[in-house]
Amino acid sequence: MLRNLFAFIAGGLFGVGLLVSGMTNTEKVQGWLDIFGDWDPTLAFVLGGAILPMTVAWNFATRRARPVLGGDMPGKPGAQIDRNLVIGSLLFGAGWGMAGLCPGPAVASITWGGLGGVVFLLAMIGGMVIAPALRRRLDSAATSLGAKSEFGA
Amino acid sequence: METDWIWGLVGGLMIGSAAAVFLLINGRVMGASGIIGGLVDRSGWSTWAERLAFVAGLALVPVLVLPLYTVEVSTNITSNLWMVIAAGILVGVGTRLANGCTSGHGVCGISRFSLRGMGATIFYLLAGGLAVVLFKHLLGVI
Repeated sequence: MLRNLFAFIAGGLFGVGLLVSGMTNTEKVQGWLDIFGDWDPTLAFVLGGAILPMTVAWNFATRRARPVLGGDMPGKPGAQIDRNLVIGSLLFGAGWGMAGLCPGPAVASITWGGLGGVVFLLAMIGGMVIAPALRRRLDSAATSLGAKSEFGA
Repeated sequence: METDWIWGLVGGLMIGSAAAVFLLINGRVMGASGIIGGLVDRSGWSTWAERLAFVAGLALVPVLVLPLYTVEVSTNITSNLWMVIAAGILVGVGTRLANGCTSGHGVCGISRFSLRGMGATIFYLLAGGLAVVLFKHLLGVI
């Protein structure tokens, strides 16, 4: 129960932070990405402001054996920039630029985002549904390519 | 407005504090796409209640702050619904393939000096910038 309560609090604080910072306003996000237009530096302050407390938190996390509510701390991040990370991030970035929304702000603004906000969220969920199949295809394509090149050698 | 960067910083500190709470108290990485995606494809079903509680807070709490605003708050999303649909699908597929979005890779990844987090951030910023150039300036559809 406490886990769910703190998850709710974290989600709520995250959402209010997104609203306050202007990140639920697609014009500000696209303004940041628009380096050839009327560039808006706000997003840099948002990201910088968010990274500050998290740097301290990760520092704590590495010195604590367990989270307050038990269980394990997250494992170390992977060290490799692999193909899926690159392709996935490029696809995500393209969509982010087109609509000016990423997953957090899309959910945070759902109550006042109107039809466009609902359509975006549903399409995003649809994308998440088909993602595992695409990942399998990419992985098997890479494996067969690898097998071919081994064959050639 | 010239005060926008201050609000950006204040909101950013709130976002980072939320991630710190989720990490130190629950032991979780606050990545929006991972939390939602784990519910959508059932890969995170063993922790569904915690995920759902997070999404509920994210969806229901911000609107409570809206009455404090004197100006109208809008997402200003494009009225071109085909663009919205394409963008949503790309965001959904891309974040799941990359295992993270702006919160997971950006906020939580960069702050622990994760190579993957920094790499992902460079690639999605690059693609986002190109998308704005293409769809706003060249094609004029957003």
